[in-house]
Amino acid sequence: MSWQPQRRRAGVAQGESAVTFSAAKDATQSTVEDPVIEKETRSQEDVDLPWQVVVHNDPVNLMTYVTMVFQRVFGYPREKAEKHMLEVHHQGRSILWSGMRERAELYVQQLHGYLLLATLEKVG
Amino acid sequence: MEICRREDKLEISELDPFLAELLRQIPASTNPEGTPAAEKRLFSPPADRSKTEQCSEWKLYVEPELRRLFRTATETVAADLEQLNGNEKPFANRTLRIPTQHADAWLNALNQARLVIAAKYNFTDGELCDHYRSPIGSRRDLSLFQLNFYGFLQEFILREIGGCPEKTSD
Repeated sequence: MSWQPQRRRAGVAQGESAVTFSAAKDATQSTVEDPVIEKETRSQEDVDLPWQVVVHNDPVNLMTYVTMVFQRVFGYPREKAEKHMLEVHHQGRSILWSGMRERAELYVQQLHGYLLLATLEKVG
Repeated sequence: MEICRREDKLEISELDPFLAELLRQIPASTNPEGTPAAEKRLFSPPADRSKTEQCSEWKLYVEPELRRLFRTATETVAADLEQLNGNEKPFANRTLRIPTQHADAWLNALNQARLVIAAKYNFTDGELCDHYRSPIGSRRDLSLFQLNFYGFLQEFILREIGGCPEKTSD
């Protein structure tokens, strides 16, 4: 597949909230400086949350194929992938993932690469 | 027809002319041209059609990439099927060997073909579930058989590649 979801590195990413404390550099000082609290900001991604990846039923796609795709794209264990596949089969749709828009878009692209009927929906 | 896995290859042997012809038709069957319903199914929108901006961006940036992906898969399958060309041996002695690293391309091309055929003939759910329909009395019956045969091949490939490497769950 051409599209692989980009794993975000662990830790605080640009634009995410962060609260840090800086201690006094000069240990000889008898007093400790007041902690500096950085301004807490709300990232655009937080504002955008949540988006969901929805897969819709298609009677042509094989159940085993759909299960394999869910395992590959989302890294779900077989049981979880089968649960979602059966939800698609019986209820017509299943929400496979929800979270940040950028990643949800990548998942939808991957699912279309496997020829599944997938859409991106904003919750609410 | 016999189908099995030998080391790093999937082998389809003892091919009769009819099934060999169905195999040879896989690349052509993936072509949705002339069937708007098939084109629409292969390149379905990523969101409700009312989200026009999202859908037009998808058409502009993602759809060409999907077309390239599907074409590459079909070309891989077409190249493997070259083994069936030529008349030096009768079909009964022919063996089609598919390298296991081509399994994904085969799954993709077979799925394209099945979706295009299903869209072309607008098969009902009942027809799609009727795996024992016989005999073949019309072009529609033949296409349904073709769709089921490709599904059988997909099932075999899925079984033989044995699941998939699992990524860490989110």
